[in-house]
Amino acid sequence: MNLNELTIKQLHEKLVNKEITATEVAEKVFQHIEAVEDDIQAFITLNKEATLEKARAIDESGDFSNVLTAIPGAIKDNITTKGIKTTAASKMLANFEDPLFDATVVAKLNETGAFMVGKVNMDEFAMGSSTETSAFKKTTNPWNTDHVPGGSSGGSAAAVAAGQALYSLGSDTGGSIRQPAAFCGVVGMKPTYGLVSRYGLIPFAPSLDQVGPITKTVEDNALVLQAIAGHDTNDGTSAPQALPNYEAALTGDVKGLKIGVPKEFLSDGVDSEVKEAVMAALKVYEDLGATWEEISLPHAPYGDATYYVIAMGEASSTLARFDGIRFGHRSDKAKDMIDVFKQSRAEGFGEEVKRRILVGSTVLSGSYNEEYFQKAQKVRTLIKQDFEQAFEQYDVIIGPATPTAAFEFGAQTDPLTMYMNDMLTVPVNLAGVPAISVPCGFTEKGLPIGLQIIGKHFDESTVYRTAHAFEQKTEHHKSKPKLGGSN
Amino acid sequence: MEFETVIGLEVHVELKTDTKIFSPSPNAFGSEPNENINPKDLGYPGTLPVLNEEAVNFGMKASMALNCDIADEMIFDRKHYFYPDSPAAYQISQDERPIGEHGWIDIEVDGVEKRIRIERVHLEEDAGKLTHAADGSLVDYNRQGTPLIEIVSEADIRSPEEAYAYLEKLKSIIQFTGVSDVRMEEGSLRCDANISIRPVGQEEFGTKTELKNLNSFAFVRDGLAYEEKRQAKVLRDGGIIEQETRRYDDKSKKTILMRVKGDADDYRFFPDPDIPPIVISDEWKERVKSEIPELPDARIARYQEELDLPAYDAQVLTSTIQMATFFEDTVKEGADAKQASNWIMGDILGYMNKHLKEIQELKITPEALGKMINLIKDGTISSKIAKTVFEELVENGGDPEKIVKEKGLVQISDEGQLREIIGTVLDENEQSIIDYKDGKGRALGFLVGQTMKATKGQANPQMVNKILKEEIDKR
Repeated sequence: MNLNELTIKQLHEKLVNKEITATEVAEKVFQHIEAVEDDIQAFITLNKEATLEKARAIDESGDFSNVLTAIPGAIKDNITTKGIKTTAASKMLANFEDPLFDATVVAKLNETGAFMVGKVNMDEFAMGSSTETSAFKKTTNPWNTDHVPGGSSGGSAAAVAAGQALYSLGSDTGGSIRQPAAFCGVVGMKPTYGLVSRYGLIPFAPSLDQVGPITKTVEDNALVLQAIAGHDTNDGTSAPQALPNYEAALTGDVKGLKIGVPKEFLSDGVDSEVKEAVMAALKVYEDLGATWEEISLPHAPYGDATYYVIAMGEASSTLARFDGIRFGHRSDKAKDMIDVFKQSRAEGFGEEVKRRILVGSTVLSGSYNEEYFQKAQKVRTLIKQDFEQAFEQYDVIIGPATPTAAFEFGAQTDPLTMYMNDMLTVPVNLAGVPAISVPCGFTEKGLPIGLQIIGKHFDESTVYRTAHAFEQKTEHHKSKPKLGGSN
Repeated sequence: MEFETVIGLEVHVELKTDTKIFSPSPNAFGSEPNENINPKDLGYPGTLPVLNEEAVNFGMKASMALNCDIADEMIFDRKHYFYPDSPAAYQISQDERPIGEHGWIDIEVDGVEKRIRIERVHLEEDAGKLTHAADGSLVDYNRQGTPLIEIVSEADIRSPEEAYAYLEKLKSIIQFTGVSDVRMEEGSLRCDANISIRPVGQEEFGTKTELKNLNSFAFVRDGLAYEEKRQAKVLRDGGIIEQETRRYDDKSKKTILMRVKGDADDYRFFPDPDIPPIVISDEWKERVKSEIPELPDARIARYQEELDLPAYDAQVLTSTIQMATFFEDTVKEGADAKQASNWIMGDILGYMNKHLKEIQELKITPEALGKMINLIKDGTISSKIAKTVFEELVENGGDPEKIVKEKGLVQISDEGQLREIIGTVLDENEQSIIDYKDGKGRALGFLVGQTMKATKGQANPQMVNKILKEEIDKR
C-alpha cells in the first residue's frame, strides 16, 4: 500500500477496517518523507517521535471514529505549535523553540487525533510567491525540481504533492495557498475571512490573512476545513456563525449553476496555455449543465497595487514586535537599547521582509498615510463591491489561479515581476471571499495548472460543490508527480 | 507686558476592570513582577487582542459622567513606537474615533464658576514598567494591557489654580462613577500638562511646553506656576519659547528640560485590523447610563436644598462617594443632617486622618452613627457622653444603644435625683454661691462642673443649669 496514493477517506477506511494500524501509518509516512525529502526539502522541523508515540496511544484506544484520526498532516511553519519550534522560515525565529501555545487550528486538529508530522517551509513570514525567501532552504516543485513550488505556502503544497502528508495547512494573504496549490497540482482553499481562527497564525497582514487546507482532492479539503473552521473567542475577527456540513455539498451536481468569468482574469498577462486550460474547464462545466458568461470586475486591475499598499502597511506594524527583547533573534553586537532594536532586526530579517517593512512604514507615515494607505482602503471597498455585484447574478466566479505555471528557481528576481504572480488571487483576499484552486491540466512542459473558483462570503459549500463536480469529471487530480529528481 | 496663561491637561486614568483590556490576564495592582501576564501581554507572535467589554462599559461611564457625546461606532488604532515596555511595539489606542468627545466639567476658583471643555476621552492599553538597575534594565509587564482612559481637556484653563480645581473635580467625578480608584500615588491617575503664555488680548496661542513627572495635584499646580513665570521671564528678556518637554523637580520646585521636540512624532496610526469597529447601540448607552450613580454636583445641590446643609459641608461630604454614601446612610437612619455632617466632618474625618484610614475601613457604621445621634436628640445621652460612645464605636464597632446600656452611660434626667445631688454640691461650695450672687458668672460654671463630676458626666446639662439656678435662688 502506497500512502501517497491514498486520500484521507481511503486511509480512514483502512484504519477503521484494521487493514493498517496507526503505528504503521506513522512509520510508513516518515519512511516516505525521508525517502523524498532530499529532493523536495519541504520540512523545517519533523515531529517524528511525538507522532509515533501518539500512534501507539491511538492503537491502544482503537478509536478511529474521527475521519482525521491518524491521518498525517503538515503545518505551515507560521502556525504556532506548543513545544514545537515555529520559525516562520525566518532567521528572526530560527531558535524559537516554543511559541507557548497551540494555534486554534492546531488544537482543533489535535482533538481529532490527526498526526502532525512536521512544520513545513514557506517564504519568510509568508512574504513571497516561490518559497525562495525562506531563510533555511529551497523547497522544490515535486513535478519538476528545477521549478519553484510557489509560495508562500510552498512547503505545504509540495509536501502534499509529494505524498509526505495527506493534507497540510497553509496561510493565504494574497494567494499563498492557491498559487502553490496550482503550481504543485493539488487542491488549495482560501476560506472566507473570519471562517477559520487566526489565533496562533503568525501574521503577515491581519486584515487579509486566512488559514486553509491543501489536499489531494476536493473531498479531503472539505474534511479538513470542517475540522479547523468555526468561531473562536480568541480571535476578535472570527465570525460567530454555524458551520455547514461541507461534505454534504459534494453532490456532483452543478446543473443550472451560473458562472461568471471576469475578462480581467484572462488578460494578456495570462499565459495562453493557462487560458486554454481554463476554457477547457468551462467546457466541462457546460457539459455538466452549468452556464457561464464573461463578466467584468472593473477594479480588479487595481488589486495588486491596493493589496501591496495594505499588506505592506500592516506587515510593517505586525512585524514591529520582533525587537530582540522578549523572543527571537537578538544581536550580540548591540551596544545600547536602540542598537538592540536596530541590529537585531537588521540581522534577523531577510531582504524581502525588510523591503516590505520599509515600503509599509512609508505608506503609513505622515501625509502618505492618506495618499496611499487610506486611498487603498477605499479601492479595497470598490473591489469588494465588484464581487458583491457579480454575486447578485452568479453563483461562482471562475478564472485561472495564476497567470503562469511554476517558474524556475531564480527566474523572477525583480520584486515587481514576482508581485504580478498574485494579480489573480489578491482581489479575493481584499474582498474577503472564499476561493479554491483545483488542478485543471498541465502545460506542455508537464507542469500543473490551477483553476480558481471564487464564491460568496461563507459559501464554501458552493465552491466545494463546483470544484468537486469538475474534479470528478476529469482525470487531472489522478496524475502524480514522478519523484526522484528533476525531469 | 502682561501675559495670559493657557493650560491644557491630559489625564490618564486606569480602569479597575477584573481583566486587562485585550487579554484575560488579571488587572491587579501590587502583584509580583510579571505575575499577571500571558503570551498576549508579551506580544508573542500569533496572539490576538480580544476586547474586554467591561473596559468599554467603564470608559463609557466615565465619558458620560464628563458630559461627553458617546460614539455610535468607535475604532481602535495602532500607535507605533519602539520601547521595551511596549511588547507589540505599538500601543492599541484610539485616534480618529474615540469613545467620547465634546464633554465638559464645571469648576470653581475663588467663588467664580467656570466651565472647562473636554476635547475627548479615548480608551487605550497601558504599557509595562521599566526599572533601571546598575547592570541593566528590567521590565515588568503586569501593567501591560491595563485599560486606560485618556481625558484631554481643551486649552480652557487659565491658571495653575484652575488646573488644580479641574483635577480635583475630575478625580471626584471619576471616583463617583466607580470605574477607577484614581489614586495618583498608585499611578491609577496620571497627569501631563501643556502650558503656554500670550500677551493679554492676543488670540493666537503661544508656543507650549509639556510638563511631565507631575506626581501630585500640588506638583501640577506648582510646576505650572513655575513654568508660567519662567516663560514670562524668557519673553520679557527677549527670548523665545522652545517647544519642549520639561520635567518637574519637586525638590527644587523647578521645571527642567528633558528634550526639545522636533517635528511632530509620527506614530503611523492606522485602524487595528485585529479589532473590528465597535458599534455602540442606543440600548447599550442607556444601560450604561442607568448604572451611573448620582454625581457630586447633583449631590451638593441636593444636600443644600433638601437637607439645608451649608455649601461647605455639602462639598466636604461629597469628596468621595464612600463619604457621601456614609453620610446619606446616616441620615437614612433618621439622624439630623447637620448633626450627621458635624460628626462626619469632625470626629470621623479626624479619626481617618489620624489613623490614615478610609471611611469604609472604619468599624463604625453609618447606622450606628445615626442611632447615636438620635440618642443625643432624645436626651438619652449627652453630647459629652456621646464622645465616649463614639470612641467605642470607632475603635470596636457595635450598637450604640447596647454600649450606652452596658456601660451605664444613660443621662440622668430625673429632676428629683438631680435636685438631691445639686443640693449636696451647693452645701459643699457655699463660697461659690456667694460669688455667684456677687455677680461672678464663672462661679455658676464651676458649680455645673462639680455637678457633672458628681454624676460622672451623666447629668443632663440643660437640667443641671436650670436646677442650679433655682436652688441658688432658694438660698
